[in-house]
Amino acid sequence: MNIVVLVKQVFDTEAKIVIGADGRIDDSNVTMVMNPYDENATEEALLLKERLGGEVIAVAAGTPKAQETLRTALAMGADRAVLVSDPALQSVSDDYAAAQALAKAVSELKPDIILTGRVAIDYGSKIAGRVAEILGIPQVNTVTRLEVNGDKAVAAREIDGGSEVIEVTLPAVFSAQKSLNNPRYPTVAGIMKAKKKELKTLTLADLGLDATMSGKMQIVGYSLPAGRKGGRVIPGEPGQAAAELAKLLRSEAKVI
Amino acid sequence: MAKGIWVFVEQSNGNIRKVSLELLSQGRKLADEKGEELAAVIMGQNISALAGEAAKYGADKVYVADDEKLASYSTGAYTSVFAKLIRENEPNLVLLGNTAVGKDLAPRVATRVGVDAAIDCVGIEADAANYVNLTRPIYAGKALIKVVSPEARPVMATVRPNTFPVAEPVSKEAAVVNVPVAVDPADLGAILKELISQATGRPELTEANIIVSGGRGMKGPEDFVILEELADCLGASVGASRAAVDAGWREHKYQVGQTGKTVSPVLYIACGISGAIQHLAGMGSSKVIVAINKDPEANIFQVADYGIVGDLFQVVPALTAECKKLQA
Amino acid sequence: MIFELSEDHQMMRKLARDFAEKECLPGLEERDEKEEFSRELFAKMGELGFNGVVFPEEYGGTEADYISYAIIVEELSRVDASMGVTLSAHLSLGSYPIYKFGTHEQKTKYLKPLAEGTALGAFGLTEPMAGSDASGTRTMYVDGGDCWILNGSKIFITNAFYADTYVVFAQSDRSKGSRGISAFIVEKGTPGFSFGQKLKKMGIRSSATYELVFEDCRIPKENLLGKEGEGFKIAMNTLDGGRIGIAAQALGIAQGAYEAAVKYAKERQQFGQSIAGFQNTQFTLADMATQIEAARLLVYQAAYLDSAGKPYGKASAMAKLFASETAMWVTTKAVQIFGGYGYSREYPVERMMRDAKITEIYEGTSEVQRLVIGSQILKEF
Repeated sequence: MNIVVLVKQVFDTEAKIVIGADGRIDDSNVTMVMNPYDENATEEALLLKERLGGEVIAVAAGTPKAQETLRTALAMGADRAVLVSDPALQSVSDDYAAAQALAKAVSELKPDIILTGRVAIDYGSKIAGRVAEILGIPQVNTVTRLEVNGDKAVAAREIDGGSEVIEVTLPAVFSAQKSLNNPRYPTVAGIMKAKKKELKTLTLADLGLDATMSGKMQIVGYSLPAGRKGGRVIPGEPGQAAAELAKLLRSEAKVI
Repeated sequence: MAKGIWVFVEQSNGNIRKVSLELLSQGRKLADEKGEELAAVIMGQNISALAGEAAKYGADKVYVADDEKLASYSTGAYTSVFAKLIRENEPNLVLLGNTAVGKDLAPRVATRVGVDAAIDCVGIEADAANYVNLTRPIYAGKALIKVVSPEARPVMATVRPNTFPVAEPVSKEAAVVNVPVAVDPADLGAILKELISQATGRPELTEANIIVSGGRGMKGPEDFVILEELADCLGASVGASRAAVDAGWREHKYQVGQTGKTVSPVLYIACGISGAIQHLAGMGSSKVIVAINKDPEANIFQVADYGIVGDLFQVVPALTAECKKLQA
Repeated sequence: MIFELSEDHQMMRKLARDFAEKECLPGLEERDEKEEFSRELFAKMGELGFNGVVFPEEYGGTEADYISYAIIVEELSRVDASMGVTLSAHLSLGSYPIYKFGTHEQKTKYLKPLAEGTALGAFGLTEPMAGSDASGTRTMYVDGGDCWILNGSKIFITNAFYADTYVVFAQSDRSKGSRGISAFIVEKGTPGFSFGQKLKKMGIRSSATYELVFEDCRIPKENLLGKEGEGFKIAMNTLDGGRIGIAAQALGIAQGAYEAAVKYAKERQQFGQSIAGFQNTQFTLADMATQIEAARLLVYQAAYLDSAGKPYGKASAMAKLFASETAMWVTTKAVQIFGGYGYSREYPVERMMRDAKITEIYEGTSEVQRLVIGSQILKEF
């Protein structure tokens, strides 16, 4: 079983976002981590490998620094890793271009299963459907349970107001919801071994893609949301305060 | 020649979902500004009656794809039909709600028609050069970006529920176009085996007008009952902070924050939530925020419009009682 | 000279930090309050490879360096100083002497489970009459023919009661002074080996500290560690390395208190602004940050020298002296920044201040570190 897991390096969730002098997000002094949902995807890939055998290959697109995240995947237990890194790709801000590059890198690995997180918490990217579409294979998003039998997989996924169970023929792309599993920690031994595992870096040219490939969307401005100010603290005993709050919500804020 | 603004209309239990009404209302405004038509796209089975509803909220034209193959949502069949329709009619702008369906469908359809889709937009403005510009949150709302699609058409976007108000319905007829439904066999790789509804009777978290949310201060899973009682009185949904979810008190699907759901309700009541940056990112765009916390230094008070420093186990039931009084 | 951690070290930090925040933090207050040692957390650390991080794979270790070890102890202590000293005492004191002075058989039998995390280690040197002056050891041993027989007691033994393996020092003839001391590996459960009083402590309350009691305790001949009379050398060599662990613990405590103080200073409003807006507060925070950074460089330098096989006795003493005094100063200032809340158990800086104090005391007081450094300096000139 060839299992590919797509991982992305993102800002830590505790990171404070600062817009730099160039009008873009300032990424200096920010701790970078693996996208949390991609940790679930990696865990599931490793569990599948433990059950079914095969190889887990972690793939990322990003700056050279993104190899840290691939090393994390290797330390967790992935067998090898591929980083697609190209200056042309970095100047493009949309998922369209990233998906093209990832899909090309993935297709060369001939995977049976492709896993990734349901969303990247930085730019809100949803790569699963895009990659699946380019590869012409099914996708199952926000997966909370995954079972593989031969060339079929059965996945439970979260939908609004419930869940559904979907059977797909492999290969297919699955995006992990948080509740899919509990990601393992990389171990010290895993970190030591990760150094010796293969981590290949490919450019767009290596993938046979046009290095001038442009995205479809462009970012034209960054801003910070209007800051909120603390309002008023309602004093009094619990009963009194609650009554006052209810009154204010109805007559002043007009929201209940 | 590309033309028109489209809204993908979602329905649930035979009614148009609120987010779709919001998009029709906003779509109408944009269509008037552009002098173009607004079309609704409705897919499903036995949904023809919804065409008239869509018209009342501004649609000039309604594409109806009514077929048993579309009875329940599937990525493949919906992509097949929707992408073909877009290719044939070349709209300028296609809007979907940022719902489970919208988030699943938009990236796939966009890729098929050769464009990108902006996910979870919180603003759309007419733009002479780029047709529209879209505002979307990044880092779960800690920052915003404005994006444009200079050339690729249609511009595709999913829009966060509660971003736009629903207009008053008007008496209006729309031209109904019945769409022939043919699903490409290549799109039939996935089969729906089971659909499990977990109706709580409460609105979907991301679409709720009011959310009552609990954090570490709740102490245990059983304590959420007091939040549910308040929520039921207000017609609200119940959310949770990461601390409460990590502690195993609530399922992850109820988590509000950067690694959970991003919400913009009219009223957000945070109970026993300290206000970690990753939580604030997920609910900071709420219209009115109420914080109930025993710690006067809690971060949450710095964003709350109204705060009560006190024991939530006393304050919340008292608030529920007040709510019942107001409704009596 | 490179003043940046390698990718591996950064990963070690992330791993240890995640572990500390997700596994050690929940229940921490309760463990402190009830003085509860968590064997379960120790076992979990073992699964991650912390417990034998510097030892060879052959003996259950993961062959990382002492900088990795220092980072792990630092990150544990940033959240939970008790866990930090548990690991430090286990690895630097309970396991290291077996690695350094043990035979292949001893390493296979004792070091492997210690490094893998299934066994917990402790170090029995201190006695009522012998602290850093090991030559005052009064626990006696005699050659019993087919065994060694130990009599005496030890105090302030970290990890004791819960530990499975103890490295214990005893004297054969008090007239021989330090040359009469030998080291032994003693298993928990050996007849004649029992535990005395549990020590009630000011800080690091969820680390275990007990007395060891030996009453005609018979130990197999093969459990002599090193040669007879080598005990003093083994003890001193072990303590040099142990200081790196305690220095890292102190560094972690200081870092934890500093972060809490910065966060609080930015949140706490007084006179219409956050207290971080006052220059007075900023100066304190600046001094905290600077001292911590200086301590960190000293600790990592000592760890580097240890990994590189170079002399590190003076460096580890300097690191321990400076880091522990930094920890005490930073935690005291952190409590001050928190004001009344800082003195309450609702906030963690109160615990951190209690935890910090011991780092100036155990494994050589600050005074002893100055002696070590001073004598070394005088030798060098």
